[in-house]
Amino acid sequence: METTLEPVQPKRLGLVERLLRVTWLGPAIAAIAIYIFFGIFGGATGFLSTAGTAGWLNTAAELGIIAVPIGLLMIAGEFDLSTGSVVGSSAIIVALGSGFYGLPIALTIAMALTLGVLVGAFNAFLVNFSKLPSFIVTLASNFILAGSALGVSRLISGSSNVSYRDAGWAEPLFSSKWNFFNVSIVWWILATLLAAWVLRQTRLGNWILATGGNADAARRAGVPVNRVKLILFVWTAVSASFVGIMSAVMYNQGNASQGQGYVFQTAIAAVIGGVLLQGGFGTVTGIVFGCVIYGIVGLGLFYTGWPTDWLQAFIGALLVIAVLTNNLIRNVALNRGRRAK
Amino acid sequence: MTAPLMQLDGVSRTFGNNLALNQVSIDVYPGEVHCLLGDNGAGKSTLIKIMSGVVTPTMGTIRFNGQPVTFSSPRDAQHYGIGTVHQDVGTIPLISVSRNFFLGNEPVKGWGPFRRLDHKTANRIALEQIRAMGIRRVTDADQLVGTMSGGERQALAIARALYFGAKLLILDEPTAALGVKEARVVIDLIKKARDDGIALVFITHNATHALSVGDRFTVLIQGRSAASFLRGEKSREDVLNLMAGGEQFETEGHGD
Repeated sequence: METTLEPVQPKRLGLVERLLRVTWLGPAIAAIAIYIFFGIFGGATGFLSTAGTAGWLNTAAELGIIAVPIGLLMIAGEFDLSTGSVVGSSAIIVALGSGFYGLPIALTIAMALTLGVLVGAFNAFLVNFSKLPSFIVTLASNFILAGSALGVSRLISGSSNVSYRDAGWAEPLFSSKWNFFNVSIVWWILATLLAAWVLRQTRLGNWILATGGNADAARRAGVPVNRVKLILFVWTAVSASFVGIMSAVMYNQGNASQGQGYVFQTAIAAVIGGVLLQGGFGTVTGIVFGCVIYGIVGLGLFYTGWPTDWLQAFIGALLVIAVLTNNLIRNVALNRGRRAK
Repeated sequence: MTAPLMQLDGVSRTFGNNLALNQVSIDVYPGEVHCLLGDNGAGKSTLIKIMSGVVTPTMGTIRFNGQPVTFSSPRDAQHYGIGTVHQDVGTIPLISVSRNFFLGNEPVKGWGPFRRLDHKTANRIALEQIRAMGIRRVTDADQLVGTMSGGERQALAIARALYFGAKLLILDEPTAALGVKEARVVIDLIKKARDDGIALVFITHNATHALSVGDRFTVLIQGRSAASFLRGEKSREDVLNLMAGGEQFETEGHGD
């Protein structure tokens, strides 16, 4: 083998190549376009006001706390449909425990987070050992948990909805407001920074990408694929617990059947944000823009005064466009490189 | 006088009632290419799995550097210096060249919770190693592996195995999915590694590719070593007949 090497000269990339590398560019442009759109049609009624801005940011934040870890899970090639029930049952644990039984709030919060760990571990265990698709495993656990939460809540309190007076020290932590901005935005930013750090800067991040890209190849390279999935399932479920606890503290009540909206909203936000459904590809920045888009559309439509019945149709159309655009960008990026001489 | 780096002595493996490998003996020498030839189902992949620690033999012994060894896992075999490059090359299309190169062995810097990937070092080393393989078109360690050609991906996988200390390289059909030109690149890489003193096991069912680099040849037919010969001992015709006639040959032998 030759011992002398010509010095490696990093190639200067053209503007197009550099832009194609920025994989979150699509969702970012879409977010800005949608913001301008609703600014024009909903601006007069207050979409651009502080209250309007806080409105969509609050929505995006509560969605994002779960969507960000779910995005990582999807990058690793798995799916979690059980988040909705984890939100609802965590809320009811806090409300029942602290409202009905008068347990200390720290204890009930710990119980709810433990539930998250258990659900995540259960999902990961079934997926890893049965090799069943996580889609079906987590769909099953969503139903099991939703039913159990309702059943237990009614058995104990006679109702699916339990309210209580005060969450004590937990109040400022989970229900502070600044103007119209909820403290959940701060939690969302922290969750996002953590996920972005993990994906970009840690070995686990590399393993997440590899697990979703080609699990067999990753395993052969020594990546503990099962452990990667366990961490991500637990991370996702604990985040869902966190949102459940937050909503219980914020509204001083818990409802066993709440939270089912998160089941698909979180996955939609991740996909709009450029996460590849088959796994192996995606960025945290993209997911953040996916949540922002969801928040803007949800709230913006309300400000336009148009019938909000159309919201789901709008989101659905957006989803199709996002998936097609992301595929296109990815193929262009791969083909350009292949043709280049 | 060189001693074989790895020796398989009368190795057999059964899967249930199926005898996948029957008393196969193979010597692999440093600085030599040992070609494994055979049709699909001849036992090539079982043999590779035994050599790379994926499965253990039910009978027979493996010696590495003269010492009898048992590989408990692929990881264990890697620690001995056995690198395996699989048909799918072990590369992942949508992550970068350097992330792929260091997958499972990522360099880190920093301390405690701030321990993080050393992207700069990873990029520099990955690029150097790939270019040392003669792949000049890859100029950016951040580019996605999916933008590389089949031959370049083989080069990446080989560079990776060698960088992480492989003394014996098992190449599982590295030329199977490649065009003529690309296959040429891989054959040249094999020669290069051989000249560096690496022991190579080259699995293929392309006789031309095998004859162009092989020093030793073993033809497997239905789990048995049907022929074993050195470079120049058999003509291209003989080799082709051995490979193609295996089925017939075997049927006559056992009458089934």
